[in-house]
Amino acid sequence: MITLAQLLTLSAIVFSLAIAGIFLNRKNMILLLMCVELLLLAANFNFIAFSRYLSDINGQVFVFFVLTVAAAESAIGLAILVVLFRERGSINVEDLNTLKG
Amino acid sequence: MVLTWSSVAAAVPEISLTAAICLILLVDVFAGERGRRVTPTLTLLALAVGAALTVRYGHVTERAPLFAGMYVADELGFVLKLAGFLLVAVALLYSRTYLENRSILRGEYYVLALTALLGIFVLVSAGSLLTVYLGVELLALSVYAMVAFDRDSGVSAESAMKYFVLGAIASGALLYGMSLIYGLTGTLDLAEIAARLRAPNTAGVILGLTFIVVAVAFKLGAVPFHMWLPDVYEGAPTSVTLFIGTAPKIAYFALALRLLAQGLAGTASEWVQMLAALAVLTLVVGNVVAIVQSNLKRMLAYSTIANVGFIVLGFVAGTPDGYAAALYYTLVYVLVALGSFGVILLSSAKGFEADLLDDYRGLHQRDPLLALAMMMLMFSTAGVPPFVGFWAKLRIFQVLWETNHLWLVVIAAGMSVVGAYYYLRVVKLMYFDEPPTALPAAQPAARPAAGVRLALGLNAAAVLLLGVLPGPLLDLCARLIH
Repeated sequence: MITLAQLLTLSAIVFSLAIAGIFLNRKNMILLLMCVELLLLAANFNFIAFSRYLSDINGQVFVFFVLTVAAAESAIGLAILVVLFRERGSINVEDLNTLKG
Repeated sequence: MVLTWSSVAAAVPEISLTAAICLILLVDVFAGERGRRVTPTLTLLALAVGAALTVRYGHVTERAPLFAGMYVADELGFVLKLAGFLLVAVALLYSRTYLENRSILRGEYYVLALTALLGIFVLVSAGSLLTVYLGVELLALSVYAMVAFDRDSGVSAESAMKYFVLGAIASGALLYGMSLIYGLTGTLDLAEIAARLRAPNTAGVILGLTFIVVAVAFKLGAVPFHMWLPDVYEGAPTSVTLFIGTAPKIAYFALALRLLAQGLAGTASEWVQMLAALAVLTLVVGNVVAIVQSNLKRMLAYSTIANVGFIVLGFVAGTPDGYAAALYYTLVYVLVALGSFGVILLSSAKGFEADLLDDYRGLHQRDPLLALAMMMLMFSTAGVPPFVGFWAKLRIFQVLWETNHLWLVVIAAGMSVVGAYYYLRVVKLMYFDEPPTALPAAQPAARPAAGVRLALGLNAAAVLLLGVLPGPLLDLCARLIH
């Protein structure tokens, strides 16, 4: 039997991996978008685990909304990426350095 | 449950706005090239009709839950929504010539502004964690697209990307914190969460709270979660900077109020400490870094950060008086920001962004009205009486004094003095410096209509008038919170 604590640990690990991926990755912006997705999925995991544990359907309904928002979010992220690529000819994270100060 | 008109009448701002968005989207597609003239007018009309319907049907005096508690109608929401209608209408009015001069006057811009406003409304009236999240995302996703709107400008896409990635981390943190709070209280309803959370809190609740505080600090732009703000303010087209700097601030004030002050009231002793630390950092970094900026948009971005420090201080007081002071400060700040970025928009021309401080040398000789408006707005943010910014700062100091946060008063007052330096420097540049010899050769292809300049004049006059008669707005803020 999988316990609630095990599920929460898994989601915490996924969340940490996503954060680490965003800050350690210096090369590819598509990886950033993937890490952002992972971040939302970790929170979804929590919601489903709690929903099952509490026998309360609201948590699972929340997950459906999050999935929809995540889809819209990746659409906008990819659209910005395309604009950036047309402008710079590169999707390297290190090239995002025009604005500073 | 049967839906009747009377049971949804309080949601009339959202309903009318959604209808307007669908209508404008369709009209814009079918009107084609002519749509460039139709859509802006139609948008302003829709905002006016929405505001009128809100006044007629949406006024509630008692707090009333709607849609099974997902949505809460109260007088605070009513007033903030009217402010939202007004701010977005004025922001779009200021922006039109700027957009035209950069050939980005497209229907999508107006539709995105309206969807962002819808997100603000949802957030302002949120009664459950789900509506809070949806409001935050609807606002944020519209704004990301607006920042990237000028596709030919490399910096605008770069700032949009930075905003998007950091914003996504913040919504991830918000969601993770919400999932923990949901799991530990067993409900998504904010009022129910407030009833179930009682001090002393478990470690899990504090962990969830920390994630939520990080997300709120990010959305407000409090240090150390402010990294996106200067880049976005500088990189985005000025009209979008104006938009981001005004109406969304109201929404993020509501986010902090609904989530922290109302939903998580049981953890107040913890989040007050977190916010106090954030506020001190925010005041110091915002004011000190603003001094060395040479770009006016970037300087105003750091000024925004410094002002956010004051709003957060209102929450640190942790009393209804404190929240009322924060509300007053937010409304006042937004009014001043609307005018300041409006001056930048009106000074710009085709091929001339007017975003460097040096572009304002001798502005008095070129355009006395604009220079006068800018002087009043800068005096107000610096906190010089009799302008309204003075009362806003004073009220924050008063509530901190009453709640025995003396050291915070000292830091905030000291940082206001530092802040006065860079605001007054703008006034000095405009009035006492010689205009640059090589003025921009490019003349504006389209000049702002006289009505737009009049609106900016009224905006500056309002800053003075509210400063001379601060009573009504202060009373209103106090009544809305209590």
